[in-house]
Amino acid sequence: MKLPEPREAVDRPIYLRYRYRASEQANRFLHAIKKGKILGVRSVGTGKVLVPPPGVCAESGTLTPQDLIELPDRGTVLSFTIVHLPIPNSRLKPPFVVANILLDGADQAFSHIISETDLKRVLIGTRVRAHWKPEAEWDYGLENIEYFVLTDEPAVDIEQHRALRLEEAARHA
Amino acid sequence: MRDVAVVSYAQSPAQRDTGGTTDVEMLVPVIDRALADAQLTRKEIDFICSGSCDYLAGGAFSFVMAVDALGATPSAQESHVEMDAAWALYEAWLKFQCGEIDVALIYGFGKSAPGDLPDVLSLQLDPYYTQPLWPDSISLAAIQAQMALAKGCFTERDMAEVVAASRRNAIHNPAAQLKGEFDASDLLKEETFVSPLRKHDCCPITDGCSVLILASAEKARALCERPAWLRGINHRMESHFLGTRDLTTSTSTMKAAGTLKLDGDKLDVAELYAPFSHQQLILQQSLKLTDNTRVNPSGGALAGHVLMAAGLDRFGAAAREIWSGRADRALAHATSGPCLQQNMLAILEGA
Amino acid sequence: MTATEQRLEAEFELGFTYSRSLGPVIGTCFAAFAQKRFLGMRRSDGSVLFPPLEYDPDTAEALSEWVELGSSGVVEGFCWVKQPREKHGELAPFAWALIKLDGADTPFLHKLRVGEEQSVHVGLRVKPVWVAEPLGDITDIAAFVPAAEELTS
Repeated sequence: MKLPEPREAVDRPIYLRYRYRASEQANRFLHAIKKGKILGVRSVGTGKVLVPPPGVCAESGTLTPQDLIELPDRGTVLSFTIVHLPIPNSRLKPPFVVANILLDGADQAFSHIISETDLKRVLIGTRVRAHWKPEAEWDYGLENIEYFVLTDEPAVDIEQHRALRLEEAARHA
Repeated sequence: MRDVAVVSYAQSPAQRDTGGTTDVEMLVPVIDRALADAQLTRKEIDFICSGSCDYLAGGAFSFVMAVDALGATPSAQESHVEMDAAWALYEAWLKFQCGEIDVALIYGFGKSAPGDLPDVLSLQLDPYYTQPLWPDSISLAAIQAQMALAKGCFTERDMAEVVAASRRNAIHNPAAQLKGEFDASDLLKEETFVSPLRKHDCCPITDGCSVLILASAEKARALCERPAWLRGINHRMESHFLGTRDLTTSTSTMKAAGTLKLDGDKLDVAELYAPFSHQQLILQQSLKLTDNTRVNPSGGALAGHVLMAAGLDRFGAAAREIWSGRADRALAHATSGPCLQQNMLAILEGA
Repeated sequence: MTATEQRLEAEFELGFTYSRSLGPVIGTCFAAFAQKRFLGMRRSDGSVLFPPLEYDPDTAEALSEWVELGSSGVVEGFCWVKQPREKHGELAPFAWALIKLDGADTPFLHKLRVGEEQSVHVGLRVKPVWVAEPLGDITDIAAFVPAAEELTS
């Protein structure tokens, strides 16, 4: 019996479809950002303000409450890195900054981009504000903010800022 | 062997579709309840272990977010199995035996509604010869039923009786999804779905979660009036390939029963994870259960089936029989893989 | 904040574009499919395994003795799918069958296209319908059909 030469490999792509529904809090966040508003929520367990509202506070394991809080679209850089590679399907040209941004009034940062600015001026504590896409392009997502830019405010002492935030959280917990 | 007991158990009400509620949001109130019943706080848990399925959720590492329901800081000792949470319980039990922990919280969760569950389960098949054909879980179970019926192991009426008993028992289970008085003769008049199975021979699709707390002997007596002691646990697997197995009987269940020296005659209750009616019959026969044993007083998986928690639910249901004093000796069974490929047995006792 | 905002929904397709190496045993079996051949593997106890595996499922011994199998087989077990799922790739009701090829001692799973449910039974002799251009995969067999049928392409 003559055996054939073994085949070496096969493609086995798997495709599965899902139909997701937004959770109650995610739904309110998404409808609000479609209108240019950013919503967060204060954890009943820790007193900290989380954005976007997660439904459950990860630190305390409590459900986040129904009353959501509107936050300004400006904040402080908590940490960052400078990226020299382009993002696929983005009109942003490298280099740009990916930063964890703490919005004013929030205790939890989220990742976004800082662009159109002298990147050497980006430091921990640098003040930033959102640069929104044209309103006609707004959809249900944080990408309505195209990127953040530096404001002219002086940089903030991040340790001091966080200490003040912790004090405020303790007052609310 | 350290004595370990089930001291608390809570489950979400079984629902066809929880809508947008996330896994974490589903878990928080159930964890709160399980902890409250044992008068414990999150900080007193030494180890948490969960069971869930990424393919079901639609994302790699999807289970990581669920840890938030426990309060993820300060960091906890945590583990996860990509399997039914009954195996998370087994992992926790091993940690008890190593002397590392005294209290463990186990949870299983799954939202089957967003995806296509029977297709998701195709992914547990061998990726070379079998999975590419996308044989779904119901079709495979149906082949097993056909072969067992042809062999005369049981009849279609026996299968309908299993369904009727499940729905009847579930009347007393507030968390059950399908319940009521049904007549086997009426059930047999239903059209077949994937022959020879009828729709009611298959477990429902359910979203939900379950939480169970284990404690060592030192702690259990303080947390629970009549702890349900885990007096033996064994897990056996059969071959991956359907063609090399006898699908009409459960050899791995028999092996596990033999290792545990299980006497089918001395069980007050058996909670069997049988997602299909004929599989309950195969398990009953393999375990040589007699009429002395009440099978699935909770209604079993046919009354409500949270994939990834259904096996843990059998442990919870068996524990409830012990706590209530309705049983002194109960069997909890969990299965995984196509057509009862892997089976785990555990004996729970009240004394 | 309005209380009655429409609940947002999104469809999502998750893709894992796996490719898998086959090794010498599965690789040989697959290459044989491209030649419209079935190759089985002799086990430690002398029986013949199909599909072939690297190790005996019972004794874990490494296996290496190839056996040429027949070009048709019989149905050992089956079910009838009235409403094929999209993933099945079948337009009409069909059967899943465990098919034991001539010369093999174990059956394997594949699809069986038959006109009606009543025509399927244990012991039915079936033969494969090969795709026009077999690549060397289990899917080179589009499905099985009753052996008595005339093959139409």
